[in-house]
Amino acid sequence: MKFLNRKTVVLAALGASAILAGCEAPPPETIQNGYRGLQMQTNYNPRLLQASLEANVPPDAIPAAAEGGPLAKDVYKNVQVLGNLTVNEFNRLMVALTNWVAPEQGCYYCHVSDGGFEDDGIYTKVTSRRMLEMTQDTNAGWKDHVADTGITCYTCHRGNPVPEYVWTTDPGPGQPTALAPTGQNIASATVAYSSLPYDPFTPFLLQDNDIRVIGDTVLPQGNRRSIKQAEWTYGLMMHMSDALGVNCTYCHNSRSFYSWDQSTPQRTTAWYAIRHVRELNNDYVVPLTEILPDSRKGPLGDVYKVYCTTCHQGAYKPLYGAPMVKDYPSLQGPVPEGGFAALKAAEAAAAEAAAEAAAAVQEEAPPAQAKADMPEAAEPAPEAEAVAADEQAKVEQPAAPEVVAEEEPAEATAEAPAEVTEDAPAQEQPQQYPPRLQYPPPSMMRYPPAPLQYPPAPQTR
Amino acid sequence: MAEYQNIFTRVQVREPGYPGVELPDGSLPRLGKPVFPWFSYWIGKIGDAQIGPIYFGFAGIASLICGFIAIEIIGFNMLASVDWSPIQFVKNFFWLALEPPPPAYGLSIPPLGDGGWWLMAGFFLTASIILWWIRTYQRAIALGTGTHVAWAFAAAIFFYLTLGFIRPVLMGSWGEAVPFGIFPHLDWTAAISIRYGNFYYNPFHALSIAFLYGSAVLFAMHGGTILGVSRYGGDREIDQITSRGTASERAMLFWRWTMGFNATMESIHRWAWWFAVLTVITAGIGILLTGTVVENWYLWGIKHGIVAPYPSEMTIQDPSLLQGVSQ
Repeated sequence: MKFLNRKTVVLAALGASAILAGCEAPPPETIQNGYRGLQMQTNYNPRLLQASLEANVPPDAIPAAAEGGPLAKDVYKNVQVLGNLTVNEFNRLMVALTNWVAPEQGCYYCHVSDGGFEDDGIYTKVTSRRMLEMTQDTNAGWKDHVADTGITCYTCHRGNPVPEYVWTTDPGPGQPTALAPTGQNIASATVAYSSLPYDPFTPFLLQDNDIRVIGDTVLPQGNRRSIKQAEWTYGLMMHMSDALGVNCTYCHNSRSFYSWDQSTPQRTTAWYAIRHVRELNNDYVVPLTEILPDSRKGPLGDVYKVYCTTCHQGAYKPLYGAPMVKDYPSLQGPVPEGGFAALKAAEAAAAEAAAEAAAAVQEEAPPAQAKADMPEAAEPAPEAEAVAADEQAKVEQPAAPEVVAEEEPAEATAEAPAEVTEDAPAQEQPQQYPPRLQYPPPSMMRYPPAPLQYPPAPQTR
Repeated sequence: MAEYQNIFTRVQVREPGYPGVELPDGSLPRLGKPVFPWFSYWIGKIGDAQIGPIYFGFAGIASLICGFIAIEIIGFNMLASVDWSPIQFVKNFFWLALEPPPPAYGLSIPPLGDGGWWLMAGFFLTASIILWWIRTYQRAIALGTGTHVAWAFAAAIFFYLTLGFIRPVLMGSWGEAVPFGIFPHLDWTAAISIRYGNFYYNPFHALSIAFLYGSAVLFAMHGGTILGVSRYGGDREIDQITSRGTASERAMLFWRWTMGFNATMESIHRWAWWFAVLTVITAGIGILLTGTVVENWYLWGIKHGIVAPYPSEMTIQDPSLLQGVSQ
């Protein structure tokens, strides 16, 4: 009897330890993100956080290039995006880029080894040119998302020619044709192993389906979004949470997910982030479909695309907010005509002119003259002005397709090739790109984010 | 005395196998003979050591057939959804599901592969459950007992039908119903709460939880009390309803001294029955109102003053309103 009891105790202890082995060792590290007492907090396992901190350290910046010297476009051939950098700056960036993207493969990962550096005969060169534009436009035009921290090639690439975390449209497991795919109910890492739709990226990060499902009225007033649709949104949110290593309350007050007045400021950043990623995929990544080889494509032939994990990799800010781009002015935005030296000179001239104008006003010069002086003072040089306008156009351009798509979702596909060619002039060969991906089995989309095909509210039927 | 301080049954009454009284004419026969299998000692630890015979009757057999069909439809659909791979079926078992039709079909009958199987599985499962209810009712009548169990079961069936039939019909779409699957039905549960603005503020959801947890508490209190007084004959509960013995007196005194009020040998069973039944009735009402009468429970809570206010330190605005674009 006693023996049995002792054995029972040992067995019970073993069982209890086996169960406890599945838990994380206390204590967790907790950071409060909301009003006190609401449990709005981010929880970290200190051990995993330490590992993540160590894995997300940017490489040291290369010493700044010596000032002055000729411009790259005057020395090298076929420099389309970075031509206005000085040769020193240009080469410094090329070295950094090699370290970030192809440290093992070296220069000839993107350059034809026996064709001269100007040769565009390798897809990686054309791709990286577009990626450079993407980086510049992101840092200049998406400060709502990347702030002044900005991004560099390293933010995503981390020493890999192809970023480690990318996505392609997931056709799901093979299924008999008699069965319409539901797009969910498979153990999938993309949605943190929930049974939610495993590819929330195609509808939300490539297409611009409506993410919001929650009704904002007390009583039903025509919001016909279904519970299934809520699961698609939920899937996207699981991905974001997983990608950023945070929980729901990092952005939301979970008592009312839809309320902006109770959300944290991070939700605004995330809102812009979704639109930013959508633009990256549609304007920069998908247009490369024809150039990229099959090894850079998913089972449905669509290219590797960007999602939250691509940059964030488990950190709430990529590389835990290390401001890498401050050391690389050439990536902070499109390079001005004449290079940074010209820009500096122009700025100095402008300041001088402004001071002169102010002085002129003080000297009680006729107001008309002051007025005539002012615009000139504000605009550094006619040349630079033209470039500025050009840049503005470039930055604004990507926004255009989105507007069109929002107005006429049905025609977005048809218009895609035309839009994309407009973006192409930077590249040598204008191409007809395949239409944007049809998010595949149409029956799958019949419920989730397809309010148009949704059954009308009972009173309107 | 230690006999009564064990969590398992220490007393096993053994008697010759008992086949039960003769059935009335026209009844289907009972199946099997009374047996005491080799593990009957262990069966006796948790219940009666005798296994069988069992009576199915028409309702029972029809229910099992319908239930079998439903399980087969669900199982084969799950297997098909991983391309008939048994390995994937086992690996993904908890994730797999048979989903209701896409909402676009409304209340029409969809193709089999796009929700039709769900509709069919739902039909057979419902038939099976209702036939089983008939069986519980008939067996109670046949034994000359009250039909309390049948009506408690009926309350649960009401909740089941609310989720899978009544509310979808009111909403005009089968797609609102619950999928058949382990994790998928749980994700559905989370999704309906999020979609309709947080069930935390749904008062019927709150009532249902109170009754559910209350049921567990009552169960523990009652079980503990009776085991505690069984050394005084408290196990003869029904006797003690009317002719109270020392066991009943002690049980009542225990609770009166502990919390100032006590149930009786009879009323405790009504407490338990009503708590159990109200759990599912209130849950069903909460689901019935969601989406049909109330769109956002959180906002409903604000309107009716049940949402705790607290200052928002940094009030932010919906960026889509700032920019005038959709989403």
